[in-house]
Amino acid sequence: MATVLPHEGVESAPVAPVETPWRRFAADFLESPLAVAGLVVLLLIVGIALVAPFISPQNPYDLNQLDIMDGNLPPGAKSAPGYIYWLGSDDQGRDMLSGIFYGLRISLGVGVSSAVLALAIGLTVGLFAAYAGGKVEGFLMRVVDIQLSFPAILVALILLAVLGEGTWKVIAALVTVQWAYYARTVRGTALVERRKEYIEAALCLGLSHRRVMFRHLLPNCLPPLIVVATVQVAHAIALEATLSFLGIGLPITSPSLGLLIANGFEYLLSGKYWISFFPGVALLVTIVSINLVGDQLRDVLNPRLQK
Amino acid sequence: MSDPTLLVEDLRTAFYTKAGVIRAVDGVSFQVGRGKILGLVGESGSGKSVTGFSIMGLVDPPGRIDGGRILFQGRNIVGLPEPEMRALRGSRLAMIFQDPMMTLNPVLRIDTQMIEAVKAHHPEVSDAEARARARDTLGQVGIPSPDERLKSYPHQFSGGMRQRVAIATALLNKPDLIIADEPTTALDVTIQGQILFEVQKLARQTGTALIWITHDLSVVASLADEVCVMYAGRVVEQGSVDDVLDHPTHPYTEGLLRSVPSANPRGQPLRQIPGMTPSLLRLPPGCAFRQRCERASAVCATAPEITVPVPGRRVRCFHPILATVPA
Repeated sequence: MATVLPHEGVESAPVAPVETPWRRFAADFLESPLAVAGLVVLLLIVGIALVAPFISPQNPYDLNQLDIMDGNLPPGAKSAPGYIYWLGSDDQGRDMLSGIFYGLRISLGVGVSSAVLALAIGLTVGLFAAYAGGKVEGFLMRVVDIQLSFPAILVALILLAVLGEGTWKVIAALVTVQWAYYARTVRGTALVERRKEYIEAALCLGLSHRRVMFRHLLPNCLPPLIVVATVQVAHAIALEATLSFLGIGLPITSPSLGLLIANGFEYLLSGKYWISFFPGVALLVTIVSINLVGDQLRDVLNPRLQK
Repeated sequence: MSDPTLLVEDLRTAFYTKAGVIRAVDGVSFQVGRGKILGLVGESGSGKSVTGFSIMGLVDPPGRIDGGRILFQGRNIVGLPEPEMRALRGSRLAMIFQDPMMTLNPVLRIDTQMIEAVKAHHPEVSDAEARARARDTLGQVGIPSPDERLKSYPHQFSGGMRQRVAIATALLNKPDLIIADEPTTALDVTIQGQILFEVQKLARQTGTALIWITHDLSVVASLADEVCVMYAGRVVEQGSVDDVLDHPTHPYTEGLLRSVPSANPRGQPLRQIPGMTPSLLRLPPGCAFRQRCERASAVCATAPEITVPVPGRRVRCFHPILATVPA
C-alpha cells in the first residue's frame, strides 16, 4: 500500500484526481454528443433570456420605439430607424427577434419558477408520505392520484377561468398541475431508500426524524427527481405556451412565446408566416434542448443503466 | 455488584399484521453486565434482530412491545417517550448492522456522518472537536490514516473498512451498550477475525456491554461470555459459552452444533436439522421445536417452562440432554 504523504500540497507524482460522485457524473454526462449539443443550446437560450434587454435591437414593448409603418415587414427588411428586421416584424411594427428574446425570458421564467415551486411542494409531500407511511401516506397518495387523473390542460383552464389572468396566476395553475408528479416520483424512491439500513442506522444514532428525512433520505432520492424536474420544466413551458395561445395565459403586457405565436396566427394564411413561425421555432428548440439534457440525465442517473 | 448494564425480563414483541399476529419475541429474558459479551444465536426468523430493535426502541408499526421490561442501567426503557429514547440512542445505546454496504449513507462523506452523530448528542461540541473525536475513534478501530479517510465517501471503502467505520460511528459517544446485529456475516473470515479482536478489546477496555447477534456459532465461541439460543421467538437455552457449546442440553442447540460443517466427518453427507423453522404465524401449541426434534414425546404438545438442570444453565425443554453434562 502506498504511504500517504503528510503534506498534501507537495505532490511528487501526478496524482489522479479524486473521483468524487460529482466528477464521475460530469464525465458520464459529457459522453453523449447529442446531450452536449442540447446543453450548449440550452445554455445559449438561458443566456439570451438573461441578457435580452441588452442584446435586443429594439425594446418591443416600448411604444416610443415602435412605428406602425414598420408593421408586417418580412424577414430581412429595413425599418424606418434604419436597423434590419432579421426575422421580420409583426402588425405593430415590433421586431420579431427582439420579441422572441423577451418572450424566452418570460417563458423560461414562468416555466422554471413553476417547476421549482411544484418541486418544493411535491417533494415535501412525497417524502413525508413515504417516511410517515400508514394512513398519512394513503391519504396523501390518493390526493396525488386524483390530481393526476385530471388532464393537465383541463385543470389549468378551469383554474385560470376561476382565478383570472396574471403571471402569478398562471404559475399557480402550473404548480397545481405539476406538483403531483414530483410527489409520486419522490415517494417511489423514498419508499425504497426508507427500507435501507442507513436510515435505520441514522435513527439508531439518535438523530431526529426531521434530520433523517431531509439530510439522509432526501439526498438519496434526488437523482430521479432531477430528471423529472428537467422534463417538467419543458412541460411547464409548453403548457404555458398553450394557455397563452388560447388567450387565457399570460397577460398581453408580459408576452411569452405562446402569445407571440397566437399573435401571428391570423396572418398565417395570408403568407406572413414569420410572425408565428419564428417564435414557434424558438419554443421548439427550447423544449427539445431541455428534453435532450433530461434524457441524458436520466441515463446517467439511472443505476440500472450504469456500466 | 450494581445493576447489570442491561436486564431484559419477559420481553414480548409482536407484529399485528393483516395475516395475523406474529409473536416475534415471546418472553425473552437475559442480562448483560459491564464489559460482558452476550451472544444471541438462532436461525433466521428466530427473533434475534427484533430483540435488538426492541431494546433500541425501534420496532416499527405494525410491531409493538407487548410486555416485559427492559432495564437499562436500572431504568425501564420500555415505553419511554420518544425524545428521551432518542437521547439514549446513539449515545448510551448503539447498534451495528449486518450489511456494511448499506449502513452508511452513500451521499454523505464519512466526516459529515460522524460529526453529525457526535453533535446530535453533544451540540456544545465544536466541529473541530467532533472531527478530532471521529478521527481518534477511526484510529481506535484500526483504520489507517484516519485524517485522509474522513474526507472519503462510503463507496471508496472496502466492506471491512466500512464495517469499521460503522463500528467507529457506534463507538463515537462511548455507549454503555452496543447491539451488533450480525456485523461480520457479510465479511470474509480474516476481516471478521480482525474485527472480532478489536471489538473484544474495546469491550474489555471501556466496560461497554455487548450483545452480539449472530447465527455463526464459531463467532460466539471465540467472542462471547454468555450465550442465548433462540428458537421461534423464545430463548431455548442459556448459559456460559463454554458450557453451552461443549455440553448442549437442548436438542435444538445440539442440532445446531452438529450442523456446523467442520463438525462433520469428511465424505459423509452434511448433517442438518430435519424440517424447517415453523412460520411464526401458525406456531403449533407446545414446544415449537417438537416437530423437528428426535426426542419429542406426547408431553411436548404442552409448552415447556424454563428449567435449571445444572447451576448457571437455563433450558426450555422436557427432555434435556443431561447424559454428557458434568454434574
